[in-house]
Amino acid sequence: MTPLLSVKDVAKYYGPHIGCTDVSFDLYPGEVMGIVGESGSGKSTLLNCLAGHLPADRGEVFFDTRVDGPRDTLKMREPERRLLGRTDWAFVHQHARDGLRMGVSAGGNVGERLMAVGARNYGDIRANAQDWLGRVEIDASRIDDRPTTFSGGMQQRLQIARNLVTGPRLVFMDEPTGGLDVSVQARLLDLLRGLVRDLGLSAIIVTHDLAVVRLLADRLMVMKSGHVVESGLTDQVLDDPQHAYTQLLVSSVLQV
Amino acid sequence: MTDYNFAYLDEQTKRMIRRAILKGLAIPGYQVPFASREMPMPYGWGTGGVQVSAATLTPDDTFKVIDQGADDTTNAVSIRQFFEKTADVETTTETSEATVIQTRHRIPEEPLSEDQILVYQVPIPEPLRFLEPRETETRKMHALEEYGLMHVKLYEDISRHGHIATAYAYPVKVEGRYVMDPSPIPKFDNPKMEMAAIQLFGAGREQRIYALPPYTKVVSLDFEDHPFDPSKAPHPCGLCGAEHSYLDEVITDDQGGRMFVCSDTDYCEKRRAAGHVGTLTQEAAA
Amino acid sequence: MIKLSNVSKVFTLHNQGGTVLEVMRCANLFVPAGECVALTGVSGAGKSTLMRIIYGNYVAAAGEVLVGDTDVTQAEPREILQLRRETLGYVSQFLRVVPRVPTLEVVAEPLLSLGVDEQKAKARAAELLGRLNIPEALWGLSPTTFSGGEQQRVNIARGFAHNFPALLLDEPTASLDATNREVVLTLIEEAKARGTAIVGIFHDEAARERVCDREIDVTGFSPQVAA
Repeated sequence: MTPLLSVKDVAKYYGPHIGCTDVSFDLYPGEVMGIVGESGSGKSTLLNCLAGHLPADRGEVFFDTRVDGPRDTLKMREPERRLLGRTDWAFVHQHARDGLRMGVSAGGNVGERLMAVGARNYGDIRANAQDWLGRVEIDASRIDDRPTTFSGGMQQRLQIARNLVTGPRLVFMDEPTGGLDVSVQARLLDLLRGLVRDLGLSAIIVTHDLAVVRLLADRLMVMKSGHVVESGLTDQVLDDPQHAYTQLLVSSVLQV
Repeated sequence: MTDYNFAYLDEQTKRMIRRAILKGLAIPGYQVPFASREMPMPYGWGTGGVQVSAATLTPDDTFKVIDQGADDTTNAVSIRQFFEKTADVETTTETSEATVIQTRHRIPEEPLSEDQILVYQVPIPEPLRFLEPRETETRKMHALEEYGLMHVKLYEDISRHGHIATAYAYPVKVEGRYVMDPSPIPKFDNPKMEMAAIQLFGAGREQRIYALPPYTKVVSLDFEDHPFDPSKAPHPCGLCGAEHSYLDEVITDDQGGRMFVCSDTDYCEKRRAAGHVGTLTQEAAA
Repeated sequence: MIKLSNVSKVFTLHNQGGTVLEVMRCANLFVPAGECVALTGVSGAGKSTLMRIIYGNYVAAAGEVLVGDTDVTQAEPREILQLRRETLGYVSQFLRVVPRVPTLEVVAEPLLSLGVDEQKAKARAAELLGRLNIPEALWGLSPTTFSGGEQQRVNIARGFAHNFPALLLDEPTASLDATNREVVLTLIEEAKARGTAIVGIFHDEAARERVCDREIDVTGFSPQVAA
């Protein structure tokens, strides 16, 4: 099987400081990988390098494109990479307002990616938006409301609908449940799990919340000071951590 | 002649503006940055159009200025006088007589010919501005032809009003490439933009010039199931009876009385001179 | 079906002075299809550790753990996940689910992740929940609010939803009443009859006697004995 994403020796430096370095892994279709680590461990830097939001200083990121097979996205021309960003890739930001157009209605937010890839039938776009609002459990009557009138959890779900409407194959998520209260988090996690399973999505989820990765991620990568210190099956890394830092991380979680 | 250099601006400035105009003509719809000068009038009064006109005029030109279709409003009169004074060119109110026409918010009703130039005053040249405030991002969107956002605006219109409610500054796609703001002309005028004359757009405050060479393909954006409709008020002109001209609504008293008259004053006057009469003129005569 | 060869397990506690705990050495175990093996030994002898090593939850320090054709100690995460989806089931003592998900879906999930049609998966889930005497009124509720015994039964239903060729059972009859204990033992017997290889921990001696073909005392795998 060809990996959907094949990351080879990616590094990013901020001047003399290491953002992340020596990162290599393969992500296969349908796999969900979590990246955990404390603030400043380089997990968000890595995610942004992979998604093309930050230029990496070294390495290769091969994505298995629909037409041409594996291509190094770091060497792609910007128009091609941005096209990927609108079609096969999705990026869910921690703060919904970074990923939404707050001045545009919920329907317009969901429809934007469709229009960006050439949809020109209003009725179809709206029907599609309505369908997706339903899938993320937003009442269809809210379709013409702006996200400013939505709760935090609804905004996050709207952001997910907006991202998934074009049927991406790879979703990058940066702390998707951060800043939400626990009951809303649970609902969102359940939703994400269902979508990942039903749509066969691959995902890379950056979070510092070990409970989130236990429920969502098949695999885990633990980062510290820009380096990957441990990786493996999620429950194995959490239940039988091998590296000192992972042991510390796991034992630091408050038991409820 | 006065002590001004011809058409107010110095020769080097006019050369710089002409280079921008030529570049704009070479890449129809693309916004060319230029070093906009201070003009002896406030921003918003047509400083961009005036600079383009100044760089375009020759001593042999005949110049016409319209503001919302009228030759006799303050803005039109002052700009016409400005060039009478600084360039000593002939001026006219007759569309067919003019070689250079500077306009604010209208295209003349009478079709223009290949030996004419239409200069638009543009307040905000960036059609994506209100959806994406970052200039760095909008320039990238133009460069990469990422225009989905433009349709989001039209989508929002339909979802809110049931139809595309944008009635002026209606976005167009030029030669299948650049999305362009046609300046705040009514959408009624959009189809006229595929014309024989050269069209130049100047935005003084925003320091941008863009252009349409003759016969450039200009398509108003729309949806398959909500096609572009260049509608106007469903009345004939009250003065000249014209059925297919763009109309201004004029409130005549405080009892709700109103009338619709051609916004293009030259067009209306010519028709009346030719004997056409509207309902209002008939009433007045009776 | 399940074959362990010379498996050892070491815990290195980096944050407690680098203490190295060797808890298992040279463990060997073979369970053919259709056989049920009980792991015995006092508490702390390493019964659960051994089960977790088989499941890929703990990393073996050395040795080979074959489940079917897959060596769990060498497999990529996705291979282990595939193994867990298709071949190797695990009924733990604790139910770990996403909050808010209805019981019926919790039980149907292993089938859904195999791509089984939703109707069929839910029908199978309903059948098991019925047999395990979970009142139908509770099926639409999240099991997180259930009593310990109910949660245990939901967990068992989930573990038996798919007919795994290999199954790990950690105290499947603990905290169950006589009726439900009987149901679970019948489920185990049915699985054996289908050819499922089972490794289990049963503190319930009568249950052990009834369903297990052999007992393995894991005390024999502890380094002190082996040394």
